[in-house]
Amino acid sequence: MNLLKLILRNIFRHKLRALLTVLGIAIAVMAFGLIRTMIGAWYQGTEASAPDRIITRQAISFIFPLPLADKDQIARVPGVKEVTYLNWFGGVYKDKNNFFARMACDPESFADIYPEYQLKPDELAAFKKERNACIVGKKLADQYHFKIGDVIPLAGDIFPGQWEFVVRGIYTGRDRSTDESSMYFHWDYLNERVTKSSPGRANQVGWYVVKINNPTEAATVSEKIDAMFKNSDSETKTETEKAFASGFISMSSAIISGLQIISYVIIGIIFLVLANTMIMTARERIREYAVLKTLGFTGQHIALLVFGESLSIALIGGIIGIALIFPISAGFAKAMAQFFSYLVVEPSTIIIATVLTIMVGLVAGFFPAMRSMRMKIVDGLRQIG
Amino acid sequence: MKIPLSYSFRNLWTRRLTTSLTIVGLALVVFVFAAILMLANGLERTMVATGSDENAIVLRKSAESEALSSVGLDESDILATQPEVALGADGKPFVTKEIVTMINLSKRGADASDLSNVIVRGVSPAGLALRPQVAIVEGRMFNFGSSEIIVSKGIQKQYDGVELGGSIKFGGRSWKIVGLFDAGKTAFASELWTDNDQIRQAFNRQGFSVMIFRLKDKEAFNTIKSKIEADPRLNDLKVLREKDFYAAESELLATFIRILGLMVTIIFSFGAMIGAMITMYAAVANRTVEIGTLRALGFKRRSVLAAFLFESLFLALIGGVAGLLIASLMQFISVSTTNFTTFSEIAFSFSLSPSIIITTLIFAAVMGFVGGFLPSFRAARLNIISALRSS
Repeated sequence: MNLLKLILRNIFRHKLRALLTVLGIAIAVMAFGLIRTMIGAWYQGTEASAPDRIITRQAISFIFPLPLADKDQIARVPGVKEVTYLNWFGGVYKDKNNFFARMACDPESFADIYPEYQLKPDELAAFKKERNACIVGKKLADQYHFKIGDVIPLAGDIFPGQWEFVVRGIYTGRDRSTDESSMYFHWDYLNERVTKSSPGRANQVGWYVVKINNPTEAATVSEKIDAMFKNSDSETKTETEKAFASGFISMSSAIISGLQIISYVIIGIIFLVLANTMIMTARERIREYAVLKTLGFTGQHIALLVFGESLSIALIGGIIGIALIFPISAGFAKAMAQFFSYLVVEPSTIIIATVLTIMVGLVAGFFPAMRSMRMKIVDGLRQIG
Repeated sequence: MKIPLSYSFRNLWTRRLTTSLTIVGLALVVFVFAAILMLANGLERTMVATGSDENAIVLRKSAESEALSSVGLDESDILATQPEVALGADGKPFVTKEIVTMINLSKRGADASDLSNVIVRGVSPAGLALRPQVAIVEGRMFNFGSSEIIVSKGIQKQYDGVELGGSIKFGGRSWKIVGLFDAGKTAFASELWTDNDQIRQAFNRQGFSVMIFRLKDKEAFNTIKSKIEADPRLNDLKVLREKDFYAAESELLATFIRILGLMVTIIFSFGAMIGAMITMYAAVANRTVEIGTLRALGFKRRSVLAAFLFESLFLALIGGVAGLLIASLMQFISVSTTNFTTFSEIAFSFSLSPSIIITTLIFAAVMGFVGGFLPSFRAARLNIISALRSS
């Protein structure tokens, strides 16, 4: 007799219970995947980093600016190929909830140091030429329907006033992990206005991005740069791009830990729901299993039936749950647009979710399977059920 | 006639394993729900406790946080002489002109390279008096004019290298830690305080970061606000009630916790309701003959419905109380994370309140009700004859 057929038919004997169990597992798997995806969003920055780029920022906190004058000094450090700089602009695009990264950069050096941001040559040329031009990532452009020639108005907060930028290019990411949801404009344009409105804040950069000749020299070049500015008014901290990104993650380490704990709790819930069902199922069918044993099925067969049923329910629920992760993540990203620009569901999340589902399926079926397998035929037939 | 409650209790007891599994599942969901509410509440209370209604804070308009704000020497002088500023015990304006900056400290037990930004606040002599929530608990207050510093007890507990009697290096000099202060559940519990003149020299600053002053009376706030907005020497500044300012500083983080928590909990609660439903459907299915018997004895449909619904509610409430009890243990845990707005550490804890307890219990009851309703309905609608007949 085809065991698989028997298993499947057994599952759907109790349609409602099977449906509810599958649904319960699906919801839990979806929640697990969602949380992992959120945690993954935090780690996005570390993945997009390049080994030949190091970041120089103010030693205490990157919220404190550095003088533009430092640039030439950094460029002269042996091992340094090129230096660019960026300022976080912040500001509000129409609504506080429309959050995306907005930064001022130096277009010439920026394009050299970040080759993974790909622009058509005419778009890059237009961006470099126009004072108040800007480029936006493809994902960002799709989200807000930006087209070449559109004007993006920003209400400044760190840099007060009304600002307007013209979209002259839409960049795409060369690698899968490259960010495509930021906006970049001219640092000179920012500095011009700042010099007029608050001259005390002029000629300052947020942080430097330094391209080095040899990735293995990252540590030594970083130390040399920091040594140069030690005991000055603006001490620096230079680290690899990956370490810089990791710094952001450790800032929210408490929250991330909390989320991870919640995801383990979810796994526990999946297990409880499934185990509950399997125990009830096995209990009801003790007489049947006893009959099967008299017919000649061995204890192993029975165990297989129970495990099989447990696994199958888990897998069906798991597949539905995994499928649901995608729309839910998108919805979540919308609800929390201020914090996450978008959430990408990684293949690793799907794999881990699948593996966990299978494991839970096996573990939940374990005790019922053992009990059914070891039960004596006589005792089983005696059960009224 | 109503079916006695003991019927429901004993049924739950008979099928102990299934009952306990369902209760554990419900308790877990309730725990997460309560913990998240407690976290958001804890953060809010920290912020609310931090600011006083009687104080106002002045910062640069463009500054979202104190560390990025600047108030010039002239501006602060002009403001200090305004009639809206209350006078202190010494007859002088009750103001503190503060320089707020940050240093790096490493948490106890963490990697030496894993540093957190902690706020250092240079205050005027009136700084301590203006914040009654802050009190020295060990050692003494620092002497103005010397490189002495006091550290919050919360910081001393969580971070390395800030013991009483020790010293800490930053800004090109060594500062002796002469006292520890308790700042209750306020944001100041994550700070180090010293003389603003010393900070000014050490960091080569012109001017201050912020200015805080006691308002003369209730109307003074609006008056000084209009004055600042109208005066061309001052209209690059903004003034807020101290309470409102600190509430705004944590708004982003609190919103994040709340939205995240709510969505996670909603998803969880569906899972829990399904768990309860499965249990209850199985209960009904197994007691079909019983139900038929009860109905044959004369119990009405609605009594059967009530009995099963009660079972489900009871399950949920036990789970709810269990979850709450575990959640209340979280009050001993304090959380320190980076505030999104200021990019410096803020410590807060899980804080239970009567309204959270009530909300959580209602949440549990709703889960029990929704989860148990359909199965109870089915139990009530069973046809007596076919129920008695089934095996």
